Amino acid sequence: MSGEKPAISSVDTFPKLLLENARRYGERPSIREKDLGIWQAWNWSDVKGEIAEMAAGLKSYGFERGDSLAIVGDNRPQLYWAMTAAQALGGTPVPMYQDAVADEMQYVLEHAEACFAIVEDQEQTDKLLEVMDKCPKLKEIVFKDTRGMRHYDQSYVRSLDSLMEAGRKYLADNPGWFEAETQKGVGTDIAIMLYTSGTTGRPKGVMLSFDNLIITAKNGAEWDDLTEKDEVLAYLPMAWVGDNIFSYSQSYVSGFCVSCPESSDTVTSDLKEIGPTYFFAPPRVFENILTQVSIRMEDASWINRKLYAYFMDFALSVGPDILDGKPVSFGDRILYAIGEFLVYGPLKNELGFSRFRLAYTAGEAIGPDIFDFFRSMGVNVKQLYGSTEASVFICMQKNGDVKPDTVGVPATGVELRIADDGEVHFRGPGTFVAYFKNDEATRETKDDEGWVMTGDAGFFDADGHLKIIDRAKDVGKLNNGTMFAPKYIENKLKFFPFITEAVAFGNERDYAAAFINIDLEAVGNWAERRGLAYSGYTDLAMRSEVYDLITDCVNKVNADLADDDALSGSQISRFLILHKLLDADDGELTRTRKVRRNTVADRYGELIDALYSGVDVCPVEAAVTFEDGRKGTIKADVKIREAIVVNSQQAQAVE
Amino acid sequence: MAYERKIGDTILSVDQISLAFGGVKALSNISFSVNQHEVFAIIGPNGAGKSSMLNCINGFYHPQEGTITFKGNTRRHVRPSEAAREGIARTFQNIALFKGMTTLDNIMTGRNTKMHKNIFWQALRFGPAEKEEMEHREVVERVIDFLEIEAIRKTPVGTLPYGLQKRVELGRALAAEPDLLLLDEPMAGMNLEEKQDMCRFILDVNDEFGTTIVLIEHDMGVVMDISDRVVVLDYGKKLADGTPDEVRSNQAVIDAYLGVAHDDAEE
Repeated sequence: MSGEKPAISSVDTFPKLLLENARRYGERPSIREKDLGIWQAWNWSDVKGEIAEMAAGLKSYGFERGDSLAIVGDNRPQLYWAMTAAQALGGTPVPMYQDAVADEMQYVLEHAEACFAIVEDQEQTDKLLEVMDKCPKLKEIVFKDTRGMRHYDQSYVRSLDSLMEAGRKYLADNPGWFEAETQKGVGTDIAIMLYTSGTTGRPKGVMLSFDNLIITAKNGAEWDDLTEKDEVLAYLPMAWVGDNIFSYSQSYVSGFCVSCPESSDTVTSDLKEIGPTYFFAPPRVFENILTQVSIRMEDASWINRKLYAYFMDFALSVGPDILDGKPVSFGDRILYAIGEFLVYGPLKNELGFSRFRLAYTAGEAIGPDIFDFFRSMGVNVKQLYGSTEASVFICMQKNGDVKPDTVGVPATGVELRIADDGEVHFRGPGTFVAYFKNDEATRETKDDEGWVMTGDAGFFDADGHLKIIDRAKDVGKLNNGTMFAPKYIENKLKFFPFITEAVAFGNERDYAAAFINIDLEAVGNWAERRGLAYSGYTDLAMRSEVYDLITDCVNKVNADLADDDALSGSQISRFLILHKLLDADDGELTRTRKVRRNTVADRYGELIDALYSGVDVCPVEAAVTFEDGRKGTIKADVKIREAIVVNSQQAQAVE
Repeated sequence: MAYERKIGDTILSVDQISLAFGGVKALSNISFSVNQHEVFAIIGPNGAGKSSMLNCINGFYHPQEGTITFKGNTRRHVRPSEAAREGIARTFQNIALFKGMTTLDNIMTGRNTKMHKNIFWQALRFGPAEKEEMEHREVVERVIDFLEIEAIRKTPVGTLPYGLQKRVELGRALAAEPDLLLLDEPMAGMNLEEKQDMCRFILDVNDEFGTTIVLIEHDMGVVMDISDRVVVLDYGKKLADGTPDEVRSNQAVIDAYLGVAHDDAEE
């Protein structure tokens, strides 16, 4: 590391960190983007120049201290810079989910009182223009990509190039302005406003201060020894707090370089080209990778298949121990080294995982098989537990102390307590300031002493690791008094590669039952190998062979649940495979792909009745929304199957 | 957005073209003209002579009678390679890509007419040839960016789904930076979403690069939506031409499409 460490108190905002980084890491790359097939890099000095121009441009367009700046688009350097530019001006950036439809955007724009918007392209501009008359405060839209924009002659729709040009002029007239402006901010100012996707009700604007983000990011960086030499690929939505910590806050704090993928479709190949050292992915991504690897291995040559099977099997026995630094015999180490040369190394290289020092997963439980698969081949996947209200880190796993079924120990500076009803409460440096314009919700979530209610039910295991079971409000009881934790059951189902989504029912019912979405790719491949022709999801999902396949999975989950005293009564008696995939466009999932239970229960009431009525087939018709906003319907006869319930009174009750 | 596109002077005029294969008259006495910057559609039932017309324009077929004037040069017989050099590019009804080559390489072949270094320089890939290749690569990358096919840059096109292959084929035509782009059923066999994407690309090409477009398409909704003018052929004869509205209300066209057995429903 070059240069001395600055006193923490004086560098307490991102714009100040920017000046500091430009001084300390001047020539080191700060951000990269692949453009026309070539990775373009900006070093910290370049970035300082760009952000200063952007801030000056915003200023000369009339952006005032205290204004909000909406940011909409994929991960792009210019959009990250826009955040710092707004912060330097004393404004609040509000990154928004880029795949949201216009109506959803309208709510956030209106609620956040955004008066400026910087957007990526024509698509986002169109969405904003569509709702602009309902958002009276919004007065200026700045777009980055000029493609298709030449006929937009509104005076309030301008290109980023012209904004930068205005900024250059302003800076030429006012030298030293940016540095002076930067000094006006302090750590307790609001740094950003992030809207939670909200499994219930309208999204809430979580206000986080510079102190929240910078101290949390620093604690995280120290926890895992992040340095300016690390590499990160920024591919998750900018509106999500995780992206803000991993690709923005920690980059400013540690000085490492962030790379933006060419497009959302190229993430896998970009990952391979960049070779990040620090990576975050929701469990879903790791799951998909494992599914892909398994599918592609089935197509591999005989010798490759044998090698893969042998060495992956071997890796499972010693790999995690080697990664955790536990004693492993010399012979096993030699064999593991051969495996690394023949299988693990090439596989990691193919996935872009070669340089991973650490990878985090969070948001949902990860299947133990998936977790072990990656750890056994030397990929240091760890779990963390976080929330927007905590600036991410609440609990995290330490190197060498990693378990598949917990989320680790409290993060640096974070206090935890479990309420009487099992709900997890926390308090720490990252605790959010308040919800924007929603004191009632703030009071409901955060008490006077600063404890925040997570809404998750959990407990500490013998080693002091936190274990999360479900959302506290979702934990219910079956009519026979057994505890029913739907998420816990659903996760067990989703650990099977054939099942992509599941919704369990059982609260105040006689037995537990479930909706299942099959994984089109995994099951499709399985079907092709058996010469089973199908025309699409609905057709495949209705096949009795597929039902047999899924019945096996459900039976295994039941066997698993039977081992757990508290939950053995909540085994799944009946299930069905839904005729359509649950979709965020239909409001069935949140934008972060969590199931909206109530919506699903409302829409598929007749199917739930069928699960509890003993019929075998239920005809349904469901409305679907296509990506372009048109609506249609899918009709199907959904079959209902019984599963084998092991070892419980339930079994008799059903039969 | 309400705006006026600048429709220029005539760029292509077809004058009394007749084409016969032995005794079969594919085209008889067809005339029409296409203005610069226009989206011009040729429609008609199967076997009406639409593809033959395109083949005449880019020199693949040589009509027995009549002349074709492109950018002021009048001629009856032109070789396809000459047509390409003059600025005519096209896509085909049945995709004609190099299946084993990647998307990038396929689109690169579209630059062929613009490469000036001879094969020996190119084989050496040294000095001026390298510089030239980099320039061409940049054009190709802009096309890839334009068509949003970054993710399949290195994928052999034979393994791509049909809709994407069509897009690659359009990319190859665009790489030639044509003045006139001939599209032979660019949307055949596509689902609605793919069709909408393709429409957007066609309009964007027309708008961003000012390329004149002549297209053959069966989907009437698409044709009426995106075309400035339409010519209708039937059994090698011209039934009508004009704006989509004029053509729609033309009785001869209605008869050809609704009154007789061969309609446009088949794809």
